[in-house]
This record gives sequence, C-alpha cells and structure tokens, in this order.
Amino acid sequence: MDLKDLYRDVIVDHNRNPRNFGKLDPADAHADGHNPLCGDRLSLYVNLDGDRIREVKFDGSGCAISVASASLLTEAVKGKSRPEVKALFDDMHSLLTQHDSTVDVSKLGKLAALSGVREFPARVKCASLCWHTLNAALDQQAEPVSTE
Amino acid sequence: MSARPAPRPSSFDVAAIRRDFPILDQKINGKPLVYLDNAASSQRPQQVLDAITHYYTHDHANVHRGVHTLSQRATDAYEGTREIVRQFINARDTKEIIFVRGTTEAVNLVAQSFVRPKVGPGDEILISGLEHHANIVPWQLVCEQTGASLKVIPITQSGEVDFAAFEKLIGPRTKLLALAHVSNALGTVVPVEKFIAVARQHGVPVLLDGAQAVPHGKVDVRALGCDFYCFSSHKMVGPTGMGILYGRQALLEAMPPWQGGGDMILSVSFEKTTYNQLPWKFEAGTPNIAGTIGLGAAIRYLESIGLERIAAYEHELLVYATQRVQEIPGVRIIGTAPQKAAVVSFVMDGIHPHDIGTILDTEGVAIRTGHHCAMPVMDFFRIPATARASMSFYNTFEEVDALAAALEHTRKVLG
Ligand SMILES: Cc1ncc(COP(=O)(O)O)c(C=O)c1O
Repeated sequence: MDLKDLYRDVIVDHNRNPRNFGKLDPADAHADGHNPLCGDRLSLYVNLDGDRIREVKFDGSGCAISVASASLLTEAVKGKSRPEVKALFDDMHSLLTQHDSTVDVSKLGKLAALSGVREFPARVKCASLCWHTLNAALDQQAEPVSTE
Repeated sequence: MSARPAPRPSSFDVAAIRRDFPILDQKINGKPLVYLDNAASSQRPQQVLDAITHYYTHDHANVHRGVHTLSQRATDAYEGTREIVRQFINARDTKEIIFVRGTTEAVNLVAQSFVRPKVGPGDEILISGLEHHANIVPWQLVCEQTGASLKVIPITQSGEVDFAAFEKLIGPRTKLLALAHVSNALGTVVPVEKFIAVARQHGVPVLLDGAQAVPHGKVDVRALGCDFYCFSSHKMVGPTGMGILYGRQALLEAMPPWQGGGDMILSVSFEKTTYNQLPWKFEAGTPNIAGTIGLGAAIRYLESIGLERIAAYEHELLVYATQRVQEIPGVRIIGTAPQKAAVVSFVMDGIHPHDIGTILDTEGVAIRTGHHCAMPVMDFFRIPATARASMSFYNTFEEVDALAAALEHTRKVLG
C-alpha cells in the first residue's frame, strides 16, 4: 500500500484546483450525490446537445479523492455521447474495484490516475460518487418529458 | 516541537499495561500500530480474553435453566458479574443492573418501556445538541409513536451544553432529560450534576448516556442522582455485544417488559403469563453469557489499575496531545470545553478528514474520521466531518508524537 499510488500528482492538483467547479443555471440535468460515511456532497450539472454532453460542472465538498475524481470526470465526459459516457462509467467501475481489471488505461487518459484507489477499499466510494451522480443526472434527463 | 512533559509518575507503568494488550504489539503498513480510536471501541487485555476462553473451555451451559453443574457454574459467573457491575457504579441493588447489548439497546429500552407509555402530544423529551445518534433516534421514534416532541438544548462554540438555555427549555411539559455524560465526538465532559439538580426541581427523570464516561473515570450513579445510566462493554476493554442499563429500582419495577421470551417469565400459559422479577424481567432469551463474564473481567482489570489513576494519566495524555496537535499549522481543534475526556477532534485547512485518516493509516496511526454518529454536532460547527484521536490509558506520549509526525506528513502529501 503506497500512498503515492493514491495521491498521485494529478489527483493532488485536481483537488487543489478543481476544473469545471461551479453551477450551471439553468442546467438540462442535475443530480446530488452524498456519501454519508465521510460527509462528501457533490452536485453535478449537465447541459446537453441532443445526446451529447456540451457542458458539465460540479460543486460541493469532499475529500481529495472525491473532488479530484469529480474534476477529472468533468474533463473526461465533456463532448461525449450517452453511450460513450456509459462505456466510460463501466471502465471506471472496473478500474476502481477490480484488481484484475482489464481496462486499457491508455485510453482513459488522466482518469487512469485513479487506479491506485483500488488498493484502498475504504476510499473506492469516494472516487465513484461522482460517476453515480452523473448517472443519476443523465437518467433523470432520460425520463419522458411532461407534455402538460 | 515542544518538550515532552516530565516523566510519568513511575506508579503508572504503561509499558507493563501494554503487555496485557496483545493486539497493540503489531505493525500496520510496516509501522508500529498506534491505536487512537478508543472512543469507537477499545482493545481487550489478555485477562478478558482468558476469562472468555476459560468460560467456553470449562464452564459453558445455558444460564438459569439447569440443575447440572455446568449450568450452575455459568449462572454463578453470569450473576456474579451483576454484583461486580453493581459495585463498579455503586448501584444500590443488583436488581438495578440490566444486561443488554450496549448503550444503544439500553436507551431504546428506556424509550420504549419507560417513556413511550407515559407521553403524548404536548409532552416533551429533552436532549442536547451533543448527543450520539443512539441518544437521538430512539427519542425520535417515541415522538413519532406518541406525538410527543423532541427539544434540543443548544451547544456553544466550545462544545458545551448551554446551561442557561437548558434552564429555559425544561418545564412542566418535559417528561425526560436524556444527556451524554461525555461527548464522543468532542470529548466534552458534561457537568451533569448541575443539570440533574435542575431536573430534580422540575420532577423530571434523567437518563445519562455514559458510553464515553465509564471507561475513563469513576462513575457513581447514586452520587450523580440519575434515574438511568447506560454504557457499553466494548468501550471499556470488555467484549462487544454487551452493555448495561442501570435504572432506579422503583422505576424499573413499574415498567412493562420490553421484549418477551424465555427467562423473563415466571410462568406462561395461553391465558396468562407472569413476568419474572427484576432484573430478569428485562432479559428475554439466552443472554450474552460470555460477554457478561468478559465484562466482569474487564471491570476487575480497570479496577486493578484504578479508575482515578486512569483518569489522571489520560488527562496528561490529553493535555500533551492537544498541545502537539494544535501546533501543527492549519489545524483547528473542535471542542475546547474546560473539562474533556482524552479526545482530540480536529480539522485541517484544505485537507479533508477522510484523507487525513487514510494517510495516518499508512503511518500505522488509527484514528476515526467522519461524523462520529453525531451529525448534528458537525452541522453546528458547519463541517462535514472531523478527524478524531481518542486515547486510552494504554496509549503513550510517544504515540502522541507519532500522531503529530503523521499529521505533519499529511500536510506534506496534501498541503
Ligand atoms: C456517546 C455514545 N453514546 C452511545 C454510543 C453507542 O454505543 P453502542 O454502539 O455500543 O451501543 C456510543 C458509541 O459509539 C457513544 O460514543
């Protein structure tokens, strides 16, 4: 268990200077995520162009892992379509939880910096919170629009 | 870095004490274990482990059931512990000592059996803003069930229960005062005597949550004058799954049983069941016999060291740890009451408690991070969580140094 694997430079940097931090108002989709164990609270805001994420922001407070993960997420999903985001979610899930994960980290870019989290089981939820929150935001958007 | 205080009085031989706790002698991530999560659960001395092993190896059978020798031995050891506990907290009678699963179950028992039958809309249950969830949620349940309402005495910036506010809140509607004796989140020792005196004037019964108080100093329930006192074995070097409800006999006599089953009855027929006497009326089913015997050994162990000496030594640890933690740049201690148990709860500028906990663990230092089951306390200070180092009499000044060094390291990694 090496601390350097968890708090890689990319993560420390994204914790100190989170990217896309703030609100989108109005937002096409929005969801809140909460990790009661450690008190992490995140809100994700998404604007869509059809099927594609045009803009994404987050705010809230949390530990270094959850903040950095959310910051990295916003950079990674901008411009991606729903199926592409879904594929990324699955890759991240595998990366964070499976020791024998076969995910090709080279195609994950900076997100690969989170691979050290799986050595720290107590912290996996910190890293995955933003991904679940994004899912919730997109699902809510997928619900049938009211015709009034 | 500040100098260590003068050497310990040689009478407190912490090295010898540590040899009684086999679990302490191990490495975590290549570093000696520094266990500073005692408020969550303490460790067990060999004496307690031996008592449990001895019981299962030689004496186990069900209690109160058999004429055979083992059942008699088990019953004697089980009931013998009641007397040990009675003396330990200076209760009047062993009838006032109810064996339960822990503080949580003790509070729930009082909530359901004592408070629920006698409250309704317009009645109030008074607690403080310092409470552990175990002394909040059982009352919320009773309020939902009866229409009574929950009133909360505010706390102050130092983490004390606001006495002036309390005097305004207590009144004819108040049906119970339920108060922590010592706060688990902040370490505040609540001057409960003052509160109890006022409650007496109003004829309000008082329950004390002693989970954090019992292991760290002498508790005398009669001197306190409380009506109920709850505590957990696992926080006082005893086994998990075991706890005590002390209740004044007159109140316990008048309360209906809480759970039904074996042991809590004298006779059962489909027409009429006669309940057992105190204390067994509240002990339905096969109890935690091994846990009870282990608790007895734990009390014997604590008494062999001396509760006053434990309190004095832990206070020195607290003073030293407070000083060492405070001098780390960017650290703010949450909970600065003049009277505290050996708990240092703190936050660090720009570093989330969860990260502190992980980094400290890689240095072998075990602390608790989070809301400590006291979310309202966190809300009051507008923080999501704290890092909490909680010390016990087997901790050393060197371990406090290791904590401080690990916190400095944390600042380097993430600061
Ligand atoms: C002040 C306080 N009250 C109640 C409890 C609940 O104790 P238990 O979980 O042993 O029932 C705890 C322990 O976490 C505590 O610290």
